[in-house]
Amino acid sequence: MFADYTTTELVSIFAMQGFAGLILFSVFVLMALGLAIIFGQMGVINMAHGEFMILGAYITYIISNLFSSYLPGLFDLYFFLAMIVAFFATAALGALVEWGMIRHLYRRPLDTLLATWGLSLILQQIYRSVFGAREVGVSLPDWLMGSVPLSDMIEIPINGLFVMGLTIIISVSIYLLMFRSRWGSQVRAVVQNRPMAAAVGINTEKTDRRTFALGCGIAGIAGSAFTMIGSTGPTAGQLYIVDTFLVVVFGGAQSLVGTIASAFTISQSQSTMEFFLSGSMAKVLTLLVVVGILMLRPQGLFALKMRH
Amino acid sequence: MHISPTIKKTLRVSKTCFLRKLVIASIAVLGYHHGALAAPSTAEVNTTGLAVTDDTVKVGILHSVTGTMAISETGSVQAEKLAIKQINEMGGVLGRKIEYIQEDGASDWPTFAEKSRKLLVNDKVAAVFGCWTSASRKAVLPVFEQYNGMLYYPTFYEGLEQSPNVIYTGQEATQQIIAGIDWVVKEKGAKKFFLLGSDYIWPRTSNKIARKHIEKLGLKVVGEEYYPLGHTQFNSVINKIKLKKPDVIYAIVVGGSNVAFYKQLKAAGIDMTKEKPVLLTISVTEDEIRGIGGENIDGAYAAMKYFQSLDNPNNAEFVKNFKAMWGDDIVIGDVTQAAYLGPWLWKAAVEKAGSFDIDKIKEASPGIELTTAPEGYVRVHENHHLWSKTRIGLAKKDGQYQVIYETEELMEPDPFPEGYQ
Repeated sequence: MFADYTTTELVSIFAMQGFAGLILFSVFVLMALGLAIIFGQMGVINMAHGEFMILGAYITYIISNLFSSYLPGLFDLYFFLAMIVAFFATAALGALVEWGMIRHLYRRPLDTLLATWGLSLILQQIYRSVFGAREVGVSLPDWLMGSVPLSDMIEIPINGLFVMGLTIIISVSIYLLMFRSRWGSQVRAVVQNRPMAAAVGINTEKTDRRTFALGCGIAGIAGSAFTMIGSTGPTAGQLYIVDTFLVVVFGGAQSLVGTIASAFTISQSQSTMEFFLSGSMAKVLTLLVVVGILMLRPQGLFALKMRH
Repeated sequence: MHISPTIKKTLRVSKTCFLRKLVIASIAVLGYHHGALAAPSTAEVNTTGLAVTDDTVKVGILHSVTGTMAISETGSVQAEKLAIKQINEMGGVLGRKIEYIQEDGASDWPTFAEKSRKLLVNDKVAAVFGCWTSASRKAVLPVFEQYNGMLYYPTFYEGLEQSPNVIYTGQEATQQIIAGIDWVVKEKGAKKFFLLGSDYIWPRTSNKIARKHIEKLGLKVVGEEYYPLGHTQFNSVINKIKLKKPDVIYAIVVGGSNVAFYKQLKAAGIDMTKEKPVLLTISVTEDEIRGIGGENIDGAYAAMKYFQSLDNPNNAEFVKNFKAMWGDDIVIGDVTQAAYLGPWLWKAAVEKAGSFDIDKIKEASPGIELTTAPEGYVRVHENHHLWSKTRIGLAKKDGQYQVIYETEELMEPDPFPEGYQ
């Protein structure tokens, strides 16, 4: 399979594919972080994760329309505001869902699966009724489109760089929040031993709600960012949900580092294989490898050592 | 012009059994409906127990208005409702107003089969306008053949099918593909092609036909790639395209993947407004461009039979009426127009047959012509597909295509192309 290419071409291929893999990696991390927090820390299987992302995308759409009608001069900057609004709006919806539905189901993980799946259908239909069944086009500021040419063969898409930067910022913020703040230690305490955490005076209900809201909020930011690379429609969230769960489960559900490591493994192997095989075969092989590894290591790549 | 065959038919029948006709007609006029003198009696035009009364006829509309296909099928539903409304305003079919029963296929193929059975068995509809994906059509086909119903199917598709119970109002693959490739070879001097598609029957069959045709012309296919439906990461294939430097990217990507593909293509620095590579698609209508964004697909070419910008009086009228009914910001794509033809072709067949009976419609359908079609002139072929012209559209920033070429002759539909399978 290498014989068709010259050496210089092979070097370019690996450089380009390495970078394509990095972009895919950032996309995976961005999709999976919110789910990893909710699934990993709270044990809730949130099937509506994709729909929370799409809410973020629709908010970006609304804000881009508002800017182009009322503040065309500031259109270049709307994206930042859109991401912030997307975060707070999806977080607010997340808190509402946690209060109205999830908190009644903490002891019944399989029921949360069904309930959140139902929620995803409800949200899809709401999007369809409000925004129409067709996809909407989100217009982007010009500086986000286009590419930086590095050499004749290698060009780096600017929106790819943007997603990578965003992923780094969000990952670092999550790390600081979870491992360096008082709130983070409360979350981890509740995860490790709920009755004990309650006994030392942590408000576990409030912690749960905030954790769920945070996970949803990150999904909102991801959805907002994905308007640059994907479609915005009522059912577009479904396109992401399988990959997202794959990354989280493969990484080891309770480990954020594991999520990042698994996103890296899956994205790099997939993008390399995509180049030499067809796209569908690359997907099949990736899934086979993941299934194989999970059979040998059911806890995923990384597992927290904890008492049960 | 749609009335003349009816009159002829009526005259011919009158000659043969004048007295009986007279009696039936008098009874009908005296006893039932004084207004509709022209309408032939129900017993005469409906011998198989369809849902036809003296002043109404029931038809079915069967599309997905929920689920993932709702994006695409909404336009077809709107077009069919517009056609039915217009036909009713003209006095209906054989003097009977059309009433439609709408069912939701919900993007689920077994649901399509179940709903079509409901429409045919319980509602006894005289015709069904519906389906969109090939999978949904394949699911309902046995039902239509078993219960002898009539389906008007609007989507361009891969061919390899021909049922007496279906009229295919969209183009089959060879009509779209061969004209498009001939054009790009002649006008753009293309020699190297890169074929790309979503991974299911339509893109695969279409690319197979495309590859055969390209190789027949002595030209080269430098790559052929498929991605799963809903795939959103195209960076790898875009890199491959850059490496292989094809003259033409022949893209049959569908659904949400489309948006990802064109956005990433642009972000990767492939500028379609430049001389090379040319992007030619058969899967992106004006409907899809709304999701993709005109600025992301500016400069691409599409080979189809209909574009909203098509400049002829029929189309101007159609676009005006469509917007009046469904709103000014709506766009009309190839399939929407094909769906609009369905009710008109059915009306013409019923009037030619002088009957709602399915078997008579089947027989009457070949040879039916529509001079009022928004795409211009179409005619039903013996094989139940349409003769139609293929056009090349150039995608513009505003989300519309500019029609830059059309075939001189009508393309013959050939669902089982020899040497292409």
